[in-house]
Amino acid sequence: MARRSVVIVDDHAMFRAGVRAELGDAVEVIAEAANVDEAVAAVLAGQPEVVLLDVHLPGGGGAEVIRRTAGKAVDTKFLALSVSDAAEDVIGTIRSGARGYVTKSITGEELVDAIDRVAAGDAVFSPRLAGFVLDAFAGTIEVAAVDEDLDRLTDREREVMRLIARGYSYKEVAGELFISIKTVETHMGSVLRKLQLSSRHELTRWASERRLL
Amino acid sequence: MTGTATPPAPVRKAYRNADEGVVGGVAAGLAEHLGMAVSTVRIGFIAATVIGGFGVMFYAALWMVLPVQRHFDDAAPGLAAVDRQGKRPRRMLKLADYGPLIALGALGLGICLLLAMVSGRGQFLVPVLLAVGGVAVLWRQADEAQRERWVDSTGRISLIRVVVGDGGPAPYLRLVIGVLMVGSAIIGVSVGGGGWGAVRDVGVATALGLLGIALITGPWLIRLTSDLGEERAERIRSQERADVAAHLHDSVLQTLTLIQKSAGDPSAVARLARAQERDLRSWLFDSAGGDTTTLAVALRALGGEVEDAYGVPVEVVCVGDRTVTEDLRALVLATREAVVNAARHSGAAKVDVYAEATARTIEIFVRDRGTGFDLDSVASDRHGVRDSIIERMRRHGGTAEIRSTPGSGTEVRLTQPTGSDSHG
Repeated sequence: MARRSVVIVDDHAMFRAGVRAELGDAVEVIAEAANVDEAVAAVLAGQPEVVLLDVHLPGGGGAEVIRRTAGKAVDTKFLALSVSDAAEDVIGTIRSGARGYVTKSITGEELVDAIDRVAAGDAVFSPRLAGFVLDAFAGTIEVAAVDEDLDRLTDREREVMRLIARGYSYKEVAGELFISIKTVETHMGSVLRKLQLSSRHELTRWASERRLL
Repeated sequence: MTGTATPPAPVRKAYRNADEGVVGGVAAGLAEHLGMAVSTVRIGFIAATVIGGFGVMFYAALWMVLPVQRHFDDAAPGLAAVDRQGKRPRRMLKLADYGPLIALGALGLGICLLLAMVSGRGQFLVPVLLAVGGVAVLWRQADEAQRERWVDSTGRISLIRVVVGDGGPAPYLRLVIGVLMVGSAIIGVSVGGGGWGAVRDVGVATALGLLGIALITGPWLIRLTSDLGEERAERIRSQERADVAAHLHDSVLQTLTLIQKSAGDPSAVARLARAQERDLRSWLFDSAGGDTTTLAVALRALGGEVEDAYGVPVEVVCVGDRTVTEDLRALVLATREAVVNAARHSGAAKVDVYAEATARTIEIFVRDRGTGFDLDSVASDRHGVRDSIIERMRRHGGTAEIRSTPGSGTEVRLTQPTGSDSHG
């Protein structure tokens, strides 16, 4: 398999070095960046397949990088890699367009696997992330107006998210629901799409009401 | 944290709710304070305005007096720090955010036109418009001058910062425009009304000007005093935080020392590191912190205990939350038993706990990818699963289902119906 080209964005040099060492030869790290400006420049210059993106970055956060490279790095996928698993950070980053979110306690192998999946166009949902997504939709449905029907998860998507939240792998979800892995991935994709469509503001308010921020 | 001591009941204070407001958030804040529907309060204001104009005065007075509700005491320190350093994505301003401003402008224009039509004096339209616009611009400025922007780098309140905030061209521009508009309005009135006698015009204009200045500086002065109290409260809070931070610092350092000493024992190192990570994480990113009465906190706590005791990571995901009542205590204990079993016997590298609290039921799933077992083959003298999980759940009106496949792991599903008297 061809090695994925990766840009590592994090404001701690030690952490970048650590990730680089963990990844080893499995991917090709073409650049590192420590803040939003550097990251945008690196992504535009290198057009990597995957950007490992820290959520908290000087200059406006990881979401800002995604926003500023939108449309200019077409084949680049973003995988958020953060020490924070606070709901606002997770959901906020996913909503700006990241394809996955993993915490920094992830092992090297898992990270390589996540990079592969993201590069192939899948979404990477950890159980915790799936929990937040469920929570978010459950919460927004109460406050959302009727015309935000789009935001709702279908029963099937909800089922898939629940299984992911319970710690099932994609393969196990497929087995449990008697559907193919491809279908699981499709459901994930539409969850992502819905997340990005729904109103950012509403969610922030919802999260702060529940003291999640 | 003592956990048992009940905190003194917080003093109920009224705030302006700037997040929900249409104009100044007065109605929204008042509605929250009185426990009424926002629409009721708004209709009340409008009715009072239509009847005698009292509503507008009352609204304006409250706008001046009520401080904006702030959320700083809710954020965990890690999140607050991230915000302060500008490492968070900022909220994008949408057109909707300018809605109130545009509406206010349109309203003002309409009132001026109406006045001009009624009084039949077209020449006053422009000066009055200018004056209204000027006051509006300055008013917005005063309203947005938040407390933190008034304080210079030494922590003192600086007059310049009170007026122009953080500096930058925008506040200066607004200030200049506002002053120019008010000034030219005064001049415009005194020049345009030549037929009335200049003395009286200038007198009226001066009175208007003074009124304008009172309007402009009034909210600053009043809010200055009320914000000082909040300032002090926050300082106390941040000192508290500093103490806790120092405490944590010590605990982290001690853990690191322990890790160095037991460098030869990977499992001990991993356990120490995980315990420390959990400790820090809950302090930094978990606002629920010391409150041990909700399901999510209880589950996270038991996950942590099991992790410490058996060295198996326990990942807890909660959707929705609930206060733990006496009935739910049984559910928590059953969950605990299931997690302990998984950590002890399954040999799995990790245990997943997923809890979902909806209005009617609470479901908890405990899953491991370990060896699995056959429930029927468990000796009848072993009570863990039967008594602690299945029977206990049944006694309290819930159900427990155990699915286990030898070789691919176990999942315990606990379901507890609850009344709809949920909270959260």
